[in-house]
Amino acid sequence: MNEIPVGAPRSQIEVQIDGKQVKAVEGATILNICQKEGIDTPTLCWAENLTPVNVCRVCVVEVEGSRTLVPSCSRPAEDGMVISTDSDRVRKSRKLVFELLDSSVDMDRSTTEVKEWMEHYEVDSSRMGSKNEIATVAQPPKIQDSLYVRDYERCILCYKCVEACGEDAQYTFAIATAGRGFDAHISTEFDVSLPDSACVYCGNCIGVCPTGALVFKTEHDMREEGTWDEETQEVTTTVCSFCGVGCNLELHVQDEKIVKVTSPADHSVTSGHLCIKGRFGWQHVQS
Amino acid sequence: MSDLKFGTEEPTAEEKTAIDELLSEIGPAEIKLDERFVVSGRTRVKDRRRLLLPALHELQNTSGWISPGGLNYACKVLGIPPAEAYGVATFYHLFSHESPEAKDLIHVCDDVACRLFGAETLIEDLKDSGHKVKPSPCLGQCERAPSVLIQRTNKKDLTAVAESNNSLTAVNIEQVLTSETLTPQMTVPQKGSEGLSLLSRVGVVDPESIEGYMKFNGYDALKKALTIGPDKVIEEVTTSKLSGRGGAAFPTGVKWRAVADQVGRPRHLVCNADESEPGTFKDRTIMEGDPFALIEAMTIAGFSIGAEQGWLYLRGEYPVAAERLENAITESRKNGFLGENIAGTEFNFDIHLYKGAGAYICGEETALFNSIEGFRGEPRNKPPFPTTHGLFGEPTAINNVETLVNVLSILTLGGDKYAMQGTGNSTGTRLFCLSGRVVNPGVYEHPFGITLREVIETAGGVVNSKKIKAILLGGAAGSFVTSNYLDLPMTLEDTREAGVSLGSGVVMVFDESDDLPDTVRRIAQFFRDESCGQCVPCRVGTVRQEEVLARFTRNAPFDTDEELLEDLSVVMKDASICGLGHTASGAVLSAINLGLLERTR
Ligand SMILES: Cc1cc2nc3c(=O)[nH]c(=O)nc-3n(C[C@H](O)[C@H](O)[C@H](O)COP(=O)(O)O)c2cc1C
Ligand code: SF4
Ligand code: SF4
Ligand code: SF4
Ligand code: FES
Ligand code: FES
Repeated sequence: MNEIPVGAPRSQIEVQIDGKQVKAVEGATILNICQKEGIDTPTLCWAENLTPVNVCRVCVVEVEGSRTLVPSCSRPAEDGMVISTDSDRVRKSRKLVFELLDSSVDMDRSTTEVKEWMEHYEVDSSRMGSKNEIATVAQPPKIQDSLYVRDYERCILCYKCVEACGEDAQYTFAIATAGRGFDAHISTEFDVSLPDSACVYCGNCIGVCPTGALVFKTEHDMREEGTWDEETQEVTTTVCSFCGVGCNLELHVQDEKIVKVTSPADHSVTSGHLCIKGRFGWQHVQS
Repeated sequence: MSDLKFGTEEPTAEEKTAIDELLSEIGPAEIKLDERFVVSGRTRVKDRRRLLLPALHELQNTSGWISPGGLNYACKVLGIPPAEAYGVATFYHLFSHESPEAKDLIHVCDDVACRLFGAETLIEDLKDSGHKVKPSPCLGQCERAPSVLIQRTNKKDLTAVAESNNSLTAVNIEQVLTSETLTPQMTVPQKGSEGLSLLSRVGVVDPESIEGYMKFNGYDALKKALTIGPDKVIEEVTTSKLSGRGGAAFPTGVKWRAVADQVGRPRHLVCNADESEPGTFKDRTIMEGDPFALIEAMTIAGFSIGAEQGWLYLRGEYPVAAERLENAITESRKNGFLGENIAGTEFNFDIHLYKGAGAYICGEETALFNSIEGFRGEPRNKPPFPTTHGLFGEPTAINNVETLVNVLSILTLGGDKYAMQGTGNSTGTRLFCLSGRVVNPGVYEHPFGITLREVIETAGGVVNSKKIKAILLGGAAGSFVTSNYLDLPMTLEDTREAGVSLGSGVVMVFDESDDLPDTVRRIAQFFRDESCGQCVPCRVGTVRQEEVLARFTRNAPFDTDEELLEDLSVVMKDASICGLGHTASGAVLSAINLGLLERTR
C-alpha cells in the first residue's frame, strides 16, 4: 500500500485541466491531479487507502475526445489530455447521480463533506416522486451485537466496506455484494447474522462508510436518543496499547465518554485500519 | 491474511458427489496449502475459482436450489469465502436461494414479443393448474411466442414453444414434461435455398454428426487456415472487412491483430454466445442447426491469435444448443480437430463450454470474463481493453457467434470475394431475427444493403395486412422506427446516419392494434431487472425510468416526466460504466419522439 515503486523512474506528463497546463507523473489519476491543483472533486466510492472500484460516478469529468464522461478516481491521466471538471455536462451528471442516490437512500447521516457536495450541486430529488411512491432501500437496521449497527437504508453501495473487509485490508471476506440491480445489497452468506459470519469485529468497514450506514452501537443509540452531538466531541490521538504494533487511535469523546474510535487513513502503520482491540477495546475499559 | 471461515452446514450426499465429480477435472478435492488464501481482484487462483459457476449449476440441478450446506461445501473445496460465493450465486436468475416448492420451475417469457401472444394468460393458466411459474425476460425463442423454459431438478432442462404463434397452453407444457423430448426450435424459412452462407447447413445437415458436417465442406476452412498460417488468416479477415455482429460492429481483423501482437501469454479466444438481447435468436439457430461450424470457427480464431484455450460462454436458457455443442466438441476431439496436434500439426487448442445462469449483463464482454472467472458478472471499467487485459487479465479476443461463423466463408471464398457481398464497409451477409406481427417469423440471412421493407416482405409481410405501428430495430438496446423508415437500407452506414442501429439483427413488428405503451414499459423493466447494480446512474436510473413509464401506462405521468426521462438518458449515457446503462434509454426515448406513448385507445 505504501510501497515505494522500484524500477524505471516514471516519466512526466502534461495535461490541461480547466484551461490550465499542469505537469504530473505518469500513472497519476485525474483525481490525483485535481487534488494537487485544489479542485474540489466529489467522491463516494474512492478512498486513498482502497483500490478504486469506480462505481458511484460522482467524480466524473469530461475528457476531450471521449464519448462519455470518465471517472476521475480511476482513470490514469495521459499526456496531452484536455480535462474539464466543471462543465455543464459534468455538473449535470454529478447532480443527477446525487439525486438518484438521495431519492433511494437516506443520506441524512452522511459525512460533512458528502453533505457539502450535495449542497454545492443543489441536490433536489423531489421530481422523482415521494419516497412512499417510488422504490427505495428503506429497511429496519440490523442490530445483532453490542458493537456496531448495519443500517442499510443508508447504504449507497459504494463497496468500500467490502473492500476494507477483503483484500484491501482485513482479508476476512465476511461481507460481499449480493443480489443484482436495485436489489443488490451488502450481505453475509445467506444473510446470517454477523456473530455467525466470518466477521472478526475489526470495525474497518465502519471506518470507511461515508453515509452512516455502518456505525458504532454507541453512536446509533445516541442518535436515536437525540444525544449525539458531533460539535461538542473532542478527538484525542493516542497509540494503541494492546500490542506492540503501534497503531494510531483517534478517540472521539463526548461528555467525558469515548463514543467511537477511528484511525487516520494516511497513517503508515494502519492506513486507517485497526483490529477489534483497538476499535472496540475501550468498551471494556469504560464499562 | 487469515484463514477463511466456513459455516457448519453439511451438504447432502448427492451435492457432495456432484461437486467432487466436477473437481475431478483438476485433481482431488483438497486444498493445497499455498492456495488456501483466495484473493480476488488482481491475483486470482483461477483454476479453482473458475469452477464456481459450474459448481453452482451442479448444486442447483442436484437439489433445486443453492442450499447453505451445498454452497458451504463448494466454498471449502474451491477455497472461496462463503459471503463472496453467495454474492455470486444471488447474481443469477436461474439460481434459487430458497428450498424449492416443486421439482420443476417453469420460466414463461413475458417479454416484448411473447406478451403480444398471450404470455400473461399462459402464466395464469399454468398457475391455476398448480405449477410453479416465474415470468422471464426474453428466452430467445421469440419466433414462436410465447416461449417457455422448464428448469428441472436432477434432470435436463426442457423448452417449449408454440406450434404457431399464440397457441401454447398448460396442456402442451404438461405433454412436454411427460415426453421429456428436447425438440429443436429453430425456424429458418429460407432453409435449403441457394445463396445462403451462414444458414447454408441449418436444417439441412444432421447437427449431431461430424460425418454429415464433413460432407458439407466441414473443416475445409480450418485445414486451409493451418496451411496458410495465422498471419495470412488475419489478413484475409481484415481484407473481408468483417465487423462484429454482437452489437458494436468493431472490425474483427483489427481485434485479432491486436491480440496476436501481444507479448503476454497465455492468450484466450472467447465466443460470446450469451444472446440475451430481447428479440434475438440468431445465434441459437446456428448453434442448434450447425454447431460444428461454430467449433471450427473458434478453432480458426484461436489459431490465428495464438490461443490454446477457447471459451464458449452460452446462455443458460439454451439446453438444446448446449447438448449439441457438447456433442460437437466431443466429436471434434475424437476426430483430431480439437486437442493436441490438431489435424496433424503442432497446433493445440481446446474449448471449455461455460453455461450462464440468467443474466443479460453477462453478454457484456468484461462481465462475461468475470462470470467465467467465478466472480459476479459486473462489467469492468474500460480501458484497459480485453485485447490486453481480458479473461484472467490476459490478452483475449472475444467475438459473437455470428461473427465467428463468417470466418468459414471468408477463408473458403477469400477475403476479397467475401467483401464483394453487401455494400461499402458493410460487407457480407447478416442474420435478421423476425418476430412479432410478421407472417413467417424466424431467422433470415440477407446481404447488407437490403431495405427494411424487403426484410419484412421476405417474412411474408404483416399478418392480416394490418398497418405497421412501429418496428423495434436492433433489440431492446436499439430503437423504435415507424413505416417512414421502410426504405432504409440495412447497412452500418445508413443506419448510423439515421440514428438507429442494426444491433443484434432484431426486426420486431408491431401493428396498429398493439399496446405500445405497454411494450415500452416492458423494455424499461427489462433494463431495471438486468442492470448489474454496480453503478449509480444505471442501478437507480433504470428504476426511475421504469417508474416514469409505469406512470405513462396508467395515464398519470407527472408534468416533469418527459424532462426527467431526457435527463436520465443523458446521464445514464454519460456516467454509466457499461453499454447497458448507455443504451437503456435508447428505445424508450425513440418511442417518445415517435409519439408511441400516446394512448389511442
Ligand atoms: C449489456 C450488453 C450485453 C451484450 N450482450 C451480448 C451478447 O449477448 N452477445 C454478443 O455477442 N455480444 C453482446 N454484447 C457485446 C459484447 O460486449 C461484445 O462487444 C461482443 O461480444 C464483441 O463481439 P463482436 O465483435 O464479434 O461483435 C453485449 C454488450 C452489452 C453492453
Ligand atoms: S468488522 Fe471487520 S471483519 Fe467484520 S465485516 Fe467489518 S471489516 Fe469485515
Ligand atoms: S455500508 Fe457503507 S461502506 Fe458499505 S457499501 Fe454501504 S455505504 Fe458503502
Ligand atoms: S451501466 Fe448498469 S449494467 Fe453496466 S456496470 Fe453500471 S450498473 Fe452495471
Ligand atoms: S469516486 Fe470515482 S466513481 Fe466513485
Ligand atoms: S422469447 Fe419471448 S420475447 Fe423473446
